[in-house]
Amino acid sequence: MTDLDTFRTETRVWLAENCPPEMREPVRADTDVCWGGRRYDPASNPPQARWLKLMAERGWTVPDWPKDYGGGGLSPAETKILREEMAAIRARNPLNSFGISMLGPALLRYGTEEQKREHLPKIACGEIRWCQGYSEPNAGSDLAGLAASAEDAGDHYIVNGQKVWTSYADKADWIFCLVRTSRESKQGGISFVLFDMDSPGVSTKPILLISGYSPFCETFFDDVKVPKANRIHDENKGWDVAKYLLGHEREMISGMGLASGGRNPLVEGAIATVGRDHDGRLADPLLRAQIALFEVRAKAFAAMSERFIDELKAGRAHPAQPSMMKYVGTELNKARHELMMAAGGSDALEWESERSRGGAGARAWLRTKANSIEGGTSEIQLNIVAKRILELPGA
Amino acid sequence: MPLYLNDEQTMLRDTAKDFVAEHAPVAHLRSIRDSNDPAGFSRDLWKQFAEMGFTGILIGEDQGGLGLGHVEAGVVLEEIGRNLSPSPFLTTAVAAVEALRGSAQAERWYPGILAGETVAALAVDEGAKHRDRVALRAERAGNGFRLSGAKQFVTHGHVADVLIVAARTAGGEDEADGVTLFAVPRDAAGLTATPERLTDSSVAARLTLEDVTVDADAVLGEVDGGRAVLDRALRAGRTGVAAELVGVGAGAMDMTIGYLKQRKQFGVPIGSFQALQHRAAHLYSEMEVARAAVLRAQQLLDAGSDAADEAVSVAKAMTGLATTLSVQESVQMHGGIGMTDEYDVGFYTKRARVLAEMFGDAHYHADRLARAAGY
Repeated sequence: MTDLDTFRTETRVWLAENCPPEMREPVRADTDVCWGGRRYDPASNPPQARWLKLMAERGWTVPDWPKDYGGGGLSPAETKILREEMAAIRARNPLNSFGISMLGPALLRYGTEEQKREHLPKIACGEIRWCQGYSEPNAGSDLAGLAASAEDAGDHYIVNGQKVWTSYADKADWIFCLVRTSRESKQGGISFVLFDMDSPGVSTKPILLISGYSPFCETFFDDVKVPKANRIHDENKGWDVAKYLLGHEREMISGMGLASGGRNPLVEGAIATVGRDHDGRLADPLLRAQIALFEVRAKAFAAMSERFIDELKAGRAHPAQPSMMKYVGTELNKARHELMMAAGGSDALEWESERSRGGAGARAWLRTKANSIEGGTSEIQLNIVAKRILELPGA
Repeated sequence: MPLYLNDEQTMLRDTAKDFVAEHAPVAHLRSIRDSNDPAGFSRDLWKQFAEMGFTGILIGEDQGGLGLGHVEAGVVLEEIGRNLSPSPFLTTAVAAVEALRGSAQAERWYPGILAGETVAALAVDEGAKHRDRVALRAERAGNGFRLSGAKQFVTHGHVADVLIVAARTAGGEDEADGVTLFAVPRDAAGLTATPERLTDSSVAARLTLEDVTVDADAVLGEVDGGRAVLDRALRAGRTGVAAELVGVGAGAMDMTIGYLKQRKQFGVPIGSFQALQHRAAHLYSEMEVARAAVLRAQQLLDAGSDAADEAVSVAKAMTGLATTLSVQESVQMHGGIGMTDEYDVGFYTKRARVLAEMFGDAHYHADRLARAAGY
């Protein structure tokens, strides 16, 4: 047996013994997802809290981060095995976190040793929940046009301005934020800073979306004092950090194109509403054909995601590849939810009933409409692919 | 195993890329078409493929081959696709080699394949669309079997030295069991192969078998249990076509992106127009997804995984969709010149259509996946 075989066997045994049965059930609602943070109440879901604690103790909430920063210190091959073994028992992700998927990689790349030691372990164990202050009312696709300002005040900055589409700003403990430290240059006048959302002068206002939920906020800064020690990378070099982080964000969002392991709610939903014909096929042949062709794309995209991760770990991925992944993954996710609504028929239209779990399907369908907007629109991703991968000339 | 080519595979790809581009570029296809060559491919080129070792990629080292896998065969097929090279590589060195594997017939035909002297073909389809149905009858006669029926879309069937024929020895036409696979020599009495030139200038035969008798040792696998061997050959063939389709789609796309950079209208390269940039970037994304699906199918086949069957259908369906998009977009983005016979891009359109149909189109494979998933 190779070392990897041994690792796989040990991992399988450990997961079998330690993953609570409740944490092997599919995620059905937002409340099934653990985000951690200061407002997180472990008593609200004891198996979830136990699962987070056990995984965090091994560093397996962030298996490929160094052990010094709360990670598992696993190699890419071991990380892949852990993910495969978790998928095999349909184990839930113990911790969902923008700290893990976005800020962490940027800190590992650009943070000072002190910054890494301060923030990474708290991300890894779910102690601090982060939000992302990027978009502004007048800086969406043209992100570098952002205006929120950070005035130099000696050992600290005074931050003023407004962010928008800040995911879960009202539930987050800290924010990683792009601010303007110079008006001399557009991209070259941006800095990347971190601060506590409890700082005086920070306020948030949830935005009610078409789904009826408010996952996003407007976030206001009114003379917020931010120590310069909280700046990541050099002053006016924040755009480098922002772009690097966006790559990871797009990678995360592209994961939405992937089906959750094992079950297929789209097919199950269609069977429930239209039934089967005498050969056992979905009784609506056109819906069946659309689902089957969608599944071809979804399964092919799963292969692409695997390839992308393998290439990324080996340092072989094109730096603009996350844009392609984000584009394809989000468009697929929208298509999946359109089909789920078609499969559900009028059952899927109910908005409040218990039968529809409070309109969960319809709300999720509406939520997916943002997938191809947030983190850079599909059109922006296509621009990036055209220019940076295909090297087509500028307009 | 990571989902990218390892160092040896990358070296093979570089070798195949240079070799095929030098010896069988699109101009080679054009000259074969223009001379109305009855074989539809060059026997000299087939010999050269053998000298390079390509024809033995899937043949075990103990039998004189390279003992490599479907990833390596796919590397060669992608270059064949990119250059639209007319070659019996897919039917002979991939599909037939898999059908013959482990049988006494392998000893008879492998040496010729390794030497680039033998051509083999797969005779499966009985209608215009690829189906699982096998109706061609084979009845026991003396020490062997007597075959009667018809096949079509048998690529290289008119020049093949041996034809791998799926026949019905028991049960009804649509039953999975009761199929037997035979290796039928081209010169068997009662076998007629009528060559038909296809859209892409390749030649496929319509076969008729009238009381063709073969010995019992012509059977590949078990009598009535040939479906397992047929499935193995089809998995290899489908994965191979998928790899070739990636080459065709990528070849057309690369030509097109080159054209977008060079062609000027309104005083600027047309590739600076966002309308075309977005179409090109979308096409690139589709081709990348298709490419990943193919590599995954190849790796799973080589690993002998149970998941290979599904991955093969995903790969064949996805490459059918992506490459069809590629050739359509390529003609459109080339504009009028893309419609001319003189320009190569139209050849890609034609080859893509033939390969999209071969061994089951995207609809066939999507349906197959749906059935396997229980809907």
